[in-house]
Amino acid sequence: MSSLPNPPGPQSPAGAAQPLPIETLLRDLAPRVLGVVIRRYGDFADAEDAVQEALVAASSTWPANGTPDNPAGWLVRVASRRMAEKHRSDEARRRREDLAASWSLAAPDPASGRDDTLILMFMCCHPLLSAASAVALTARAVGGLTTREIASAFLVPEATMAQRISRAKATIKASAEPFTLPSAATQTSRLRLVLHALYLMFNEGYATSSGPDLARGDLSGEAIRLARIVHEELPDDAEVSGLLALMLLTEARRSARVGAVGELVPLAEQDRSRWDRALIAEGVGLVTMAMRRGRLGEYQLQAAIAAVHDQAPRHADTAWPEILSLYVALERMTDNPMVTLNRAVATAMVQGPAAGLDVLAIVADRLADHHRFHSVRAHLLELAGALPAAIREFTVAAASTTNLRERDYLTMKAAALAAQ
Amino acid sequence: MRFMLLQNYGEVESHCAPMSEWTPQEIRAHIEFQQVLNAELLHLGELVDAQGLAGPDQARFVVSDGVGAPVVTDGPYPESKELLAGYRLIDVDSLERAIDIAARASAAPGPGGAPIMQPIEVRQVLGAPDPEM
Repeated sequence: MSSLPNPPGPQSPAGAAQPLPIETLLRDLAPRVLGVVIRRYGDFADAEDAVQEALVAASSTWPANGTPDNPAGWLVRVASRRMAEKHRSDEARRRREDLAASWSLAAPDPASGRDDTLILMFMCCHPLLSAASAVALTARAVGGLTTREIASAFLVPEATMAQRISRAKATIKASAEPFTLPSAATQTSRLRLVLHALYLMFNEGYATSSGPDLARGDLSGEAIRLARIVHEELPDDAEVSGLLALMLLTEARRSARVGAVGELVPLAEQDRSRWDRALIAEGVGLVTMAMRRGRLGEYQLQAAIAAVHDQAPRHADTAWPEILSLYVALERMTDNPMVTLNRAVATAMVQGPAAGLDVLAIVADRLADHHRFHSVRAHLLELAGALPAAIREFTVAAASTTNLRERDYLTMKAAALAAQ
Repeated sequence: MRFMLLQNYGEVESHCAPMSEWTPQEIRAHIEFQQVLNAELLHLGELVDAQGLAGPDQARFVVSDGVGAPVVTDGPYPESKELLAGYRLIDVDSLERAIDIAARASAAPGPGGAPIMQPIEVRQVLGAPDPEM
């Protein structure tokens, strides 16, 4: 899928002793180094700029000069120098440079480094930020990606992305949030925002998966890597496990999802031999453990549904009654009409298309303008043999979707039924 | 979400005179307004691209059957009102925000500094589908 190597996890080959590519090393070190610099200088926004400059300096000098013995210390030193340069007063500058020079000898404390990564995640997903800004800032401050990489992944000019990130940092600065782990209650609510940001990052990257869009595929790999980091920090949090499992179980199907000419291949028609068995095994293990542990959540349920799909050898073997009961549980937990929409599909598979259409009617008012409502209705009408109505619905769905590949697919479905 | 904000050469709602009849100061104020708006969108992290197109007189229509030489028609055209004059491509959080920006662009200054009330076509750019999670 992407040029990113798989992050270390249960599925990595045992003999992982080969040297890490510099880019991977830098991304891993980024949050720890940033944590150290913030602790020393107390300014998140400036420290984040300084660390970004240090990362860029490292990626241009290390390949030629070799990776330093203490890479984290090197990055802290360079970032500290950048911080010092910001303070123009000669006296203050000399003092700070001396300080920077003495500090840089010590490598960051790995214990505080772990907490720092979590604190950074919570900061980057501040409730005052829009989701798009939180995702971009997390990718840079925690993920160690450059502005250029993030800009190209989101298909916006670098200058635009730089502004988006610097505005996000200004918002955080204005909130004057201290660089410490928040209270337990705040952690709980903030963790939801972190998981949501990672979920969006994953979707953004998963949406496209081949050819010139490969850079966006990296974004899913990044989201998985960051979700793994959160999972390492909070191994007992069932929803964190659930989200990571959901990503892995979805990622496993990526290569089967797009056909030869870039067209979308729906789940029912995918070549399951192309699914990634290792990712499926890891995802199933994670979600099974999480659900056994107790407190059920939305990500776990979504992951469980993905797991049932992924474990069916053929589409015809899908355990629809199990999927139906999971959607019923999910529906109780959320007020999301899209969940009801999916329950309608599962109901149709268990009890027949007429029963599915009945469930669909529940959300007809709320989803009248949504293309997914019309495409599900079209599929169920097709199953029920009501072809003229199905063609009409496919046509409505194609006209209302905002997804190019989906529009192609729906247009083709309508044409194929009309030709029958 | 990405939106394309399109503006045509069509008549503006304020029925002001065409730009060729404005004073140089009025034209400069209009151009400055567009540049300031673009700078502001860049600063907000929302601008993807903004371009103005050469006038309808320089437009060419190309038709080909894929075999013979293409038929190329030079301007000017009687239907120039329907031609695209320029666009802004923006990346924003919501349709509401896209409409806000379109409203700003619509009220660009014309003769005497009065808003020209140019109709702006707001079109969402098609993206890729969500994962089937």
